[in-house]
Amino acid sequence: MELRQVTISTLHKRISSGELRAADVCRGALDRIEQFSGLNAFITVMSDAALAGAERIDRAVDRGEPLPALAGTVIAIKDNMVIRGVRTTAGSRILFNYKPPYTATVVERLENAGAIIIGKTNLDEFAMGSSTENSAYGAVKNPWDTARVPGGSSGGSAVAVATGMAIGALGSDTGGSIRQPASLSGVVGLKPTYGRVSRYGLIAFGSSLDQIGPFANSVEDVARILSVIAGHDPNDSTSSNTEVPDFVSAIAGDVRGLRVGVPREYYGAGLDPEVREKVEAAIKTLETLGAVIVDISLPHTEYAVPVYYLIATAEASSNLARYDGVRYGFRSEEATTLKAMYSRTRDQGFGAEVKRRIMLGTYALSAGYYDQFYGKSQKVRSLIERDFSAAFDKCHVIATPTSPTPAFKLGEKTEDPLEMYLSDIYTITANLAGVPGLNLPCGLSSSGLPIGLQLIGKQFDEGTLLRAAHNLEQALGADFTPPFVGTQ
Amino acid sequence: MAITRTDVEKIAELARLELTPDETELFTEQLRSILGHVEKLNELDTTDVAPMSHCAPAGGDAEYAKRDDQVRPSLGPQLAVENAPDSEGGYFKVPRVIGG
Repeated sequence: MELRQVTISTLHKRISSGELRAADVCRGALDRIEQFSGLNAFITVMSDAALAGAERIDRAVDRGEPLPALAGTVIAIKDNMVIRGVRTTAGSRILFNYKPPYTATVVERLENAGAIIIGKTNLDEFAMGSSTENSAYGAVKNPWDTARVPGGSSGGSAVAVATGMAIGALGSDTGGSIRQPASLSGVVGLKPTYGRVSRYGLIAFGSSLDQIGPFANSVEDVARILSVIAGHDPNDSTSSNTEVPDFVSAIAGDVRGLRVGVPREYYGAGLDPEVREKVEAAIKTLETLGAVIVDISLPHTEYAVPVYYLIATAEASSNLARYDGVRYGFRSEEATTLKAMYSRTRDQGFGAEVKRRIMLGTYALSAGYYDQFYGKSQKVRSLIERDFSAAFDKCHVIATPTSPTPAFKLGEKTEDPLEMYLSDIYTITANLAGVPGLNLPCGLSSSGLPIGLQLIGKQFDEGTLLRAAHNLEQALGADFTPPFVGTQ
Repeated sequence: MAITRTDVEKIAELARLELTPDETELFTEQLRSILGHVEKLNELDTTDVAPMSHCAPAGGDAEYAKRDDQVRPSLGPQLAVENAPDSEGGYFKVPRVIGG
């Protein structure tokens, strides 16, 4: 059973008919995880619980019961979403032994829909990073070239899907942490609209930016997973009660007359020529399918990185204040006073990037600097949001590269935080504006690395985004199986 | 004005991070470089721009953010302290705060 070659719907049919056993699908996924364990995609593999879940589905089939929408769909969960009783680390030493007493709403919804939760994927510590090198549990490797990063912070989820360890996965995206690893690893990844999906049980990073979303090998499967996890949750007051359409039917229909905006600011200095070429070719393909290409401008784009790194770090410094060695996780045993216990626990428990961001955020919020940094960045955020509102008067979706370059080498950017931050340059704007964004693989570089197109949509208009992406995916008709996987 | 080592020490104190001297040195240099990049925001005149603190949909209905104030089941003391590095009788235990 090659999970890369099957969709959720074909798998569902074959399990329902009895042609395929869910337990065998699950065992196949577990074997694949074992086979490619060197990629370090998982922090915790949930073999027993996954097999038990699969066997429940097989028994339902034996009894002739109808199966729920995601029955037998093997799904991996980024290890910053909690599952009751299953160790959840957020990639941090400070949560090395944390067993949450409750389950995230997204996981509960997937389980109720019959999905098999196969394990918890590796990530940059507290989702802070663009390469999945900042994990206390080791770096994740890119299956297209194991000397390269898979992108981040949801690198483990992207790799799990790219290699067929799971059919789908959940990630979280604060500044591109779903779309950028999807681009670098050659899979489809969607950051939904802010508020579309409940964050109850997501370990918080930047609360005005964080959003959970799906990875899969096809746009249709992403739509299927989104349909299950979307919608208001009384446990998350920031989750919207905007009606949830059937995203699977939303992908049907063509793109004739669809206005696709191309923002000139996303095609300037720093964009790899091969990435530009493939992205422009994909946009051309949309045009041949009947879409109308429109030149647009998002004039405040160049301010997005500084705005993001002030707002995200300010929110992080507040959210991460809770890790104090008192209620859960790691505690430094060296200290004899409470204050020293806090400070040593946090210095020893957090990794370098997390500390750097806590420091930057604390500075941006501190007395005397608040207006200059945090206040200023909130105002410029308004300008960026206005750019998008104005652009969406002229077009239905916006097409850009997802990442300025294909996957970079392990260690290449770890010494220079600023350079690492710039790898999110095309993705962070969607978080600042609260709009949905999707990565679709659209070609390979000359050295055989995946290149991704980003489509950005209006708030709560994931349907149009998915329809455009589905049409393009069908027209491109490319197979993005990493050669590394094919030859094993 | 560039950030100094003394600033970094003060922020570390506020953030409850007991940095090593090497970390303090490295962060001073790195924060200086990052804040240099952030200076770019000063190019923009934002006098009449309202700050944006969240991205709830424009013109959307925020009523969903409210719920009835009803008593609901919660974790309870035993489960709440289960993950604690140190606890006793359903309470969190920490080093002495006053005196000693």
